[in-house]
Amino acid sequence: MLSPAFLSKLRKLLPPHCVLNEREDLLPFESDGLAAYRNTPDVVVLPENEAQVAAILQLCHQHKVAVVARGAGTGLSAGALPVDGAVLLVLAKLNHIKAIDPLARTAVVEPGVRNLAISEAVAEHNLYYAPDPSSQIACSIGGNVAENSGGVHCLKYGLTVHNILKLRAWTIDGQLLEIGSEALDAPGYDLLALLTGSEGMLAVITEVTVKLLPRPERAQVVLAAFDDVAKAGAAVGNIIAAGVIPAGLEMMDRLAIEAAEAFVHAGYPLDCEALLLCEVDGVNEEVSADIYTVREVLEAAGATEIRTAESEEQRLKFWAGRKAAFPAVGRLAPDYYCMDGTIPRGQLPHVLQRISEMSAEYGLAVANVFHAGDGNLHPLILFDANTPGELHKAESFGGKILELCVEVGGTITGEHGVGLEKIKQMCAQFATPELTRFHEVKAAFDPNKLLNPGKAVPELHRCAEWGAMHIHGGKLPHPELPRF
Amino acid sequence: MLDATIERIRAAHANSTPLIIQGGGSKTFYGNADEGEVLNTRVLTGVVDYQPKELVLTARAGTPLAEIEALLGEHQQILAFEPPHFNGPATLGGSIATGLSGPRRPYAGAARDFVLGVRLIDGTGQPLRFGGQVIKNVAGYDVSRLMVGALGTLGLLTEVSLKVLPRPKAETTLQYELDEAAAILKMNQWAGQPLPLSATSWHAGLLTLRLSGAASAVQAAQAKLGGETLTDAAAFWQRLRDQATPFFDKRPLWRLAVKSTTPPLQLGDAQWIEWGGAVRWLASDLPAATLREAAKTAGGHATLFRGNAPVDGVFAPLAPALATLHRNLKQRFDPEGIFNRGRLYPDF
Repeated sequence: MLSPAFLSKLRKLLPPHCVLNEREDLLPFESDGLAAYRNTPDVVVLPENEAQVAAILQLCHQHKVAVVARGAGTGLSAGALPVDGAVLLVLAKLNHIKAIDPLARTAVVEPGVRNLAISEAVAEHNLYYAPDPSSQIACSIGGNVAENSGGVHCLKYGLTVHNILKLRAWTIDGQLLEIGSEALDAPGYDLLALLTGSEGMLAVITEVTVKLLPRPERAQVVLAAFDDVAKAGAAVGNIIAAGVIPAGLEMMDRLAIEAAEAFVHAGYPLDCEALLLCEVDGVNEEVSADIYTVREVLEAAGATEIRTAESEEQRLKFWAGRKAAFPAVGRLAPDYYCMDGTIPRGQLPHVLQRISEMSAEYGLAVANVFHAGDGNLHPLILFDANTPGELHKAESFGGKILELCVEVGGTITGEHGVGLEKIKQMCAQFATPELTRFHEVKAAFDPNKLLNPGKAVPELHRCAEWGAMHIHGGKLPHPELPRF
Repeated sequence: MLDATIERIRAAHANSTPLIIQGGGSKTFYGNADEGEVLNTRVLTGVVDYQPKELVLTARAGTPLAEIEALLGEHQQILAFEPPHFNGPATLGGSIATGLSGPRRPYAGAARDFVLGVRLIDGTGQPLRFGGQVIKNVAGYDVSRLMVGALGTLGLLTEVSLKVLPRPKAETTLQYELDEAAAILKMNQWAGQPLPLSATSWHAGLLTLRLSGAASAVQAAQAKLGGETLTDAAAFWQRLRDQATPFFDKRPLWRLAVKSTTPPLQLGDAQWIEWGGAVRWLASDLPAATLREAAKTAGGHATLFRGNAPVDGVFAPLAPALATLHRNLKQRFDPEGIFNRGRLYPDF
């Protein structure tokens, strides 16, 4: 509980409408996009400018009160879950695009600016901001930096860390950090990389300078069906070995294909075990050359059917099924868990085989959706929380899948972050010396552990039991958002 | 060999003996003067794993870049950040520790953009492993990238995993006679269009640009952009990458990293511009303070790249809050300050 004296000081820093601590005002902030984890915040502050952010941090530091930063609240790992006795610092009102420089191809934005709003604002210059997490219509750039968000196009265009130049950020004791520069590098340690993906544990960001890219002249997608998942997996490697870096390269297994087709009628072939979608973009001539190569590789890999989208309408239709895969699978069972492991692509047949074996052991079905280009696997475990013990079984199965990803040389999270959700699996991925260094990196910025305490890096003495992404009744938090 | 290196670091930690990490010695000129016994990484050599279809290569830090690039070449792949070799047997570890990138950097990314994971030994002799061999990985802080450009001050890199890319099927280099202001404008305008640009340079009234990609795409861009085709283009870009032209023999040689659209700096004629306008190499006797101020005003920073270091050191001094964080991090990874003491900043 926060003391009345602290709350009264907090109120003096902000206009009345920017401090919430009535129960009904707090409820919307009790979870992020991973709604299985809920905790009502003690107080929510919504600063409207950078000076207020700095003042809030200084006050919290002075009173040793913890701070949990939150953007749009679309995160999928309970990274922005309120912590007891902490201030929930919501940066959504810092939502101005401060400058656009079309010639230099940069934009300076506040952290609450939505990802897609950047691309929309610079579209008139034929530019865009490349990282496109599936929640891009709602998620904010500050959260993208905190999570190092990716998207469907990250094999070719990189993650957030590759697409930002500069940050203004504040330490917990209220000191301004200007990290990076308007040039392509900065002197000293690469703190820009260190802060990106640090899940609100090191500093609070109040401004981001992003890089913008020219819009590709053309984008085209090829769809291929396979009678064997291993053949589809081999085709992925062969496309890349042929020298093509697809803008997007996605795979679905039979259960996911059937669910997607039944849901959005994308026209997918149903008599197959795996479906690949391969999109190439760029200069017109480059796309023509790449499409030719991709088709050749797919044929040689034994695709049973290959279709090239001949119009923008058809391209969007091919993608519609993939983009609807999560809600589509959500119709197959009352509940599902979404995992987020990444594996070396060559391990795909082995990993899918093991998942299928575990599926039989646990008696729970799994649909697999896969960012095949970058090895990011999203197995969706189907279960019914109303059946006693099934939730626990699904959690245990999910944990085993993540441990399998680590075992084959991969990672427990490709893009959703650790947050609170995967903190137990961090113990599977990192040994004590590495976890110790993570704590020391944290201590270099925040020795009193006031920023987002208890998230991202497990305490050595306890790898607490946390579950995975729990979706009830096939309903995602923010059901209006497409999920990839 | 790794065990012997760990033992030596543990002993150095116990006795507070400063060590100078050295690979091929191609970049000893870079950074402030350091002090201590030389710890050579050339014993840690060899490619550990290379999976062309995964676009991932893992090699020990002492492996020569030339060996890695030859292996990649067999599979039509490249290190897209075009690391400089300069005039010596540059190693992978040195390339990552300095974080230096070549002409392709503004269009393909920097050394730090391609690092997927590292193994290192910290200043207490503890072996550590961060990141991995996969492209998407957000578990834990990005300590791998923190090592890029840290000049070995946070630990001795022993192994690095990198993302590699296919070699472009075709490349063409075009030249135009243009004054400095017009060249800077062109470089920026073209970078904002969907063109297959892969390198840019301006020196002595000549703008040079490279196009890379499918042969048809390169031809189409060439038809659009005009210009004269340069015949010995590969050699031109390699000389620029390795600073093997007479311009780069001048001392002191400053590197001003600036916002790419910065108009002509008016700091003298001995200048070479690359990276789409974002790097201005200057051979200049002007005071360090003048050059640092000019770079800062232009959104960037100035480094004394070659020549005698000014009193405030080779690299632009850090703001106090950032300097504190640097010292904190150094203290955690190398509490006795044994690695490359003073190389990055004089106080650690």
